[in-house]
Amino acid sequence: MSAVLPASPGARLEAAAAAEAGVQVQMPPPAARRTPLAIAHWTGIVLALAAICVLVPVLNLVVPAGSAFHLSDYAVQLIAKILCYAICALAMDLIWGYTGILSLGHGVFFALGGYAMGMYLMRQIGRDGNYQSDLPDFMVFLDWKTLPWHWAVSDSFAATLMLIILVPGLLAFVFGFFAFRSRIKGVYFSIITQAMTFATMLLFFRNETGFGGNNGFTDFKRILGHPIATPSMRMTLFVITGLTLVGFFLIARFLVRSKFGRVLQAIRDAESRLMFTGYDPLAYKLTIWVISAVMCGIAGALYVPQVGIINPGEMSPAASIEIAIWAAVGGRGTLIGPIVGAFFVNGAKSWFTQAFPEFWLYVLGAMFIAVTLFLPQGIVGLVRKVKGKAA
Amino acid sequence: MNLSRPLRFCLLWIALALAPGFAAALTAEQVRGMAIGESDDRAAAIGQAAASGDPKAAAFFQALLDGEVKTADDKVYIVRDDKARDAATGAETKLPDNADDVVNSNRMRRVIEGALASLKLLSTNLAERTAAIRELKEQADESKLPLVEKAYEVETDPKLKTELGQLRAAVLVSSSDKAKRLEAAKALTDSSHPATKTLLVERLKPDVETDAAVRAQLGLALSAIESRLAWGERLGVVFTGVSLGSILLLVALGLAITYGLMGVINMAHGELMMIGAYATYLVQNLFRAYLPGLFDAYVLVAIPAAFLTAALVGAILERSVIRWLYGRPLETLLATWGISLVLQQAVRSLFGAQNVPVENPKWLSGGVELMSNLTLPFNRIAIIAFAALVLVGVALLISRTRLGLFVRGVTQNRPMAACMGVNTARVDTYAFALGSGIAGLAGCALSQVGNVGPDLGQGYIVDSFMVVVLGGVGQLAGTVYAALGLGVLNKLLEGWQGAVLAKIMVLVVIVIFIQKRPQGIFAMKGRSAEA
Repeated sequence: MSAVLPASPGARLEAAAAAEAGVQVQMPPPAARRTPLAIAHWTGIVLALAAICVLVPVLNLVVPAGSAFHLSDYAVQLIAKILCYAICALAMDLIWGYTGILSLGHGVFFALGGYAMGMYLMRQIGRDGNYQSDLPDFMVFLDWKTLPWHWAVSDSFAATLMLIILVPGLLAFVFGFFAFRSRIKGVYFSIITQAMTFATMLLFFRNETGFGGNNGFTDFKRILGHPIATPSMRMTLFVITGLTLVGFFLIARFLVRSKFGRVLQAIRDAESRLMFTGYDPLAYKLTIWVISAVMCGIAGALYVPQVGIINPGEMSPAASIEIAIWAAVGGRGTLIGPIVGAFFVNGAKSWFTQAFPEFWLYVLGAMFIAVTLFLPQGIVGLVRKVKGKAA
Repeated sequence: MNLSRPLRFCLLWIALALAPGFAAALTAEQVRGMAIGESDDRAAAIGQAAASGDPKAAAFFQALLDGEVKTADDKVYIVRDDKARDAATGAETKLPDNADDVVNSNRMRRVIEGALASLKLLSTNLAERTAAIRELKEQADESKLPLVEKAYEVETDPKLKTELGQLRAAVLVSSSDKAKRLEAAKALTDSSHPATKTLLVERLKPDVETDAAVRAQLGLALSAIESRLAWGERLGVVFTGVSLGSILLLVALGLAITYGLMGVINMAHGELMMIGAYATYLVQNLFRAYLPGLFDAYVLVAIPAAFLTAALVGAILERSVIRWLYGRPLETLLATWGISLVLQQAVRSLFGAQNVPVENPKWLSGGVELMSNLTLPFNRIAIIAFAALVLVGVALLISRTRLGLFVRGVTQNRPMAACMGVNTARVDTYAFALGSGIAGLAGCALSQVGNVGPDLGQGYIVDSFMVVVLGGVGQLAGTVYAALGLGVLNKLLEGWQGAVLAKIMVLVVIVIFIQKRPQGIFAMKGRSAEA
């Protein structure tokens, strides 16, 4: 512990001097080069694919409900939810762990993707709502006669898929362009992203915005004409989510190992030095920022049909900051870390909120403190350290 | 104040008593009319009784309002302290078993309240008359006219006399006599009461007032009143803006020290405010339990208590967590967020998730009325003054004291300050405790105007960081301008577009502003490449 923490005054000075020179201290080492470990990586990916496509469907659908091996619908839904969160954590890791930009506003991209999907699902309800109207229930309730303009393409699934990518992507592009162009960085950037998600949350809470206000969207009936609540549809969505996560993992793996990824890590470790070497970080930062936002948006779009609700609460600053803690607990600057972290934190959350609801916030708070103080490289770093000692 | 007034008042009563047509006491018939029957008939009977100016009527109205009146077989009783009296004679009797309560609809209650107020116009108590005039302004109708005119004649206080004149005009403006209406419209030009405006707008509707001359005069009166009211509204917006700004200032001053000077992002700042507010709540409870006689002074004890509690928690946090994270702002952000979660939950475990009641001391409740539509509450005024005091205190502390010198020294160049023998670790703790203590003061101030609950800090944290970011790091002056500017801007936009859109617009303005001046309003001059 003392090796990584600037505990003594001397170490403090060193850290301060390093910070002044633009070097961020105690960052994880660059990603491993192609080694025998790569074989283990690929085995892991194949195992993950097998678990997603075969193991879970079989345990849930084939194994009878009474059996000890049966996976309940609740468990499938929980795992699906966590898979969506893991995509978010992976996106967060690309921008924070690899580029050194902490976003406290990723929840907004997640929610925007979710809302885009939610609009489509609301239209799919058709006349089966409580008011038997062509319009979604909340619009009937507000006494609206026609669809607002931003619902224009919500009937088409293809257009919805475009929206899921374009809306978070565009917001991230515009916001990121202005922020990175004026070289807003560090905590300034974090705070501004927090303000962004806060402002959007306030906007979505309003009924006039046309997104269902406080209640958001819920009571979905079907997707692409198929009922949404059947076991087979649930399993289909689960498999799609799992495959998306694995796909994004591979894309992220390719990105961080490419030259592009090396530049990102250079931005993280010594941005001024990189600029003096002749690179303009703007394009790099903006690209990874938009990629990260789009990943979050897709995660949100997968989340909504499985959980069955989307409301502005997903945009609260607290929700966004939790994404950061998943990445931190698992281990920033590694790709498997955020996924491990998302499973660990959310698994703990669902257990605690059932067993000891009043203690969950203590545990979550303690996790924030303990990880930053004692485990700067998260669970993955801890495992590596233990392995290193054993070897 | 005026010796002749009671005398004239007595004379009036004598005159009223002697005048034919005015009953000396309520008759059984009158009482029956007021308590039994259809609403319209009762209202008419109440109006008549009020117009008579009978003091017994006032007592009966009060009894009606308090639900003490019961009826049985055409007889009316007033039941008080388990004793029944005949309402007409006042003689004590036995309440029949089949007695029913007199039920008053909301409309009846308003009629009775109006009648009671019109009777109070003749009260000897100045405050009671003032209140009565205010109440009648909200519901002026012709049935009150005789009493208003009587009161106008005997009124000796010049301010109240003008108000009564306007009240009379408000009644007369719907008179059937054109000359009277015209005169009333002229008199109303001097009014500055929102109710008068409503009345005029009502009269100016098509087909209500048909005479052109009166209409023109009414229009003039309306525009005069509107311009006068507009000033009150504008000043009101500025005042609420400054009030919000002063709260933001209090919140941001603590941040200006921990973030601005020390570079520590403290997401638990809001929770330190909450601790200050809960300390105020505890001091209040202690005073209520052990020193009820000195209850009004509890705030004076709560201020240092809030400061010390929050400062102590801050010092503990700095020693245990934050000190290990200097130079790693993003990690500090996450760790302090964790601290804020723990503190919130701790308060929830200790005091419950519900808001706790914190009562204003007497000298902080109420307000000073500047205009008919502009009242400045004392607690808001006190907070503005308090924020100014804290600001001066902090500015002096930073610029004039030894601790301030050390803090500035460590901020500018930590290694050099250490070489000169400054115990930088201790300075860090003191500075952080100071920033936390100021957060506690902000919480103490907030407890006087808002709810005290575990979420108290959450609502302010985004705003206060915006203030610090906008004001520029390491600058107290910038913090002041940013806080007041944001407060006023917020309230201005709020009046125009509503609270939520105003907040969004403010955030957008800040983000655009940061584009132009990434270092805030007042940038620190320096040569660092990493700014």
